[in-house]
Amino acid sequence: MINVKNLNKSFNGNSVLKNISVSFEAGKTNLIIGMSGSGKTVLLKSIVGLHEIDSGEIWYENTLFNKLDFADRKKIRSEMGMLFQGSALFDSLTVEQNVRFPLDMFTDKTPEEKIERVNFCLKRVNILNANDLFPSELSGGMKKRVAIARAISLNPKYLFCDEPNSGLDPLTAILIDALIKELTEEYSMTTIVNTHDMNSVMEIGEKIIFISDGVKCWEGNKNEILSSDNEKLNDFVFANSLAKKLRTQKS
Amino acid sequence: MIKFLSHLGRYFLLLKKVFSKPEKPVIYYKQTMREFVFLGLNSIGIITIISFFMGAVITLQTAYNTENPIYPAYLIGLGCRDSIILEFSSTVAALILAGKVGSNIASEIGTMRVTEQIDALEIMGVNSASYLILPKIIATLIFNPVLTLISIIVGILGGWIAGTLSGVVTSENFIYGIQYAFIPYYITYSMIKTVFFAFIITSVSAFQGYYVDGGSLEVGRASTKAVVYSSILILLFNVILTQLLLS
Repeated sequence: MINVKNLNKSFNGNSVLKNISVSFEAGKTNLIIGMSGSGKTVLLKSIVGLHEIDSGEIWYENTLFNKLDFADRKKIRSEMGMLFQGSALFDSLTVEQNVRFPLDMFTDKTPEEKIERVNFCLKRVNILNANDLFPSELSGGMKKRVAIARAISLNPKYLFCDEPNSGLDPLTAILIDALIKELTEEYSMTTIVNTHDMNSVMEIGEKIIFISDGVKCWEGNKNEILSSDNEKLNDFVFANSLAKKLRTQKS
Repeated sequence: MIKFLSHLGRYFLLLKKVFSKPEKPVIYYKQTMREFVFLGLNSIGIITIISFFMGAVITLQTAYNTENPIYPAYLIGLGCRDSIILEFSSTVAALILAGKVGSNIASEIGTMRVTEQIDALEIMGVNSASYLILPKIIATLIFNPVLTLISIIVGILGGWIAGTLSGVVTSENFIYGIQYAFIPYYITYSMIKTVFFAFIITSVSAFQGYYVDGGSLEVGRASTKAVVYSSILILLFNVILTQLLLS
């Protein structure tokens, strides 16, 4: 479980996150939704420690993460996996080397054990016979899946996904969403997904927080989101004309 | 001035991160071997070509400027040797490497920054600065003196070929000249300069790449800055080191 308390973050005096408090539960896919520029990515990067926060607390179980230095954060970081918006695979390494990288860096497994684990992770995300390919030779969907394989190679307790569906076709996006949900349940991970894709929200949104202009405006789940009376949330959820039409018909 | 001091502070803080204890020395060793190839072996070609023609031009220019019979003919070989050892193979080669290796390092690390690959390393708990920069520094510190030696040998060879083929000096006079009044310390001086220049090229270029903020345009700018700042620092340290080592 990850607890965020009264988190504030600004850049050059411009306040981006304002007093955010939220709990992300283990074994669930927790979604952070909001419009572009609302502060979702900054919140996610603050939670994982890529941005130093101005004030507030970030708790990983019983550890106050934001007060730890780089060396002390390493233990928690070894339990994190992250899927970046652009996949962030290492260009100079093959698929196999990318997935193997955390194992090489942080485990004392034998080469055979590492290969076994790499193949298991790649198989788990349905990437077959691509071990020797470089990221530039992969499609967008394959890159995301390899990035997920790398993220889970160390059996993380926490999985962070920044816009996992960006740049993907709707069918591949659904597959990626399903994969994230399956892995979350399988490994009882605390998963946090940043998205503005409503399909994702309705597919995997077990817990959702809505951010607008750096402020947490709403919290709930996918069953509650359509019936909310929060105006900002409704503007976001029913943004397209089809959704607006359906809403009008329903009301 | 404040901006300059701020950059200087960031540069030294980055160096502190770079020279911290590696997570897994064996991984760093592999990275260093990789950098030997990319930054060292891959530079042999350009250094060889440039040094050859540099030596040839120095010989021809020395010959045309010492046509007066008062100057002994072996002076051409001596001039070629000393110019190459003292200045060209260390400083000019370093300026060329600042263009080739410096822009390569800045754009590689800068691209990793804008595509979040550095963030991915940090998330894993890897000291990204050390993992990405330390092997490059070690590789260039070790390999650039080798490149300088190659440059000296090829430069003198180029001078000999150009001098004898053009007929401005005989082979005997040139060879006598390159052996005449040879001071071995000049090689040491050249090597010391090379090591300093290698550190400047790698660390300054890595600094420019590591703190890129933005997209591909900024990566290009960082690459240009890496070459410009490295070159200026090379010239500045050339003066300082010459004063310290030869005075």
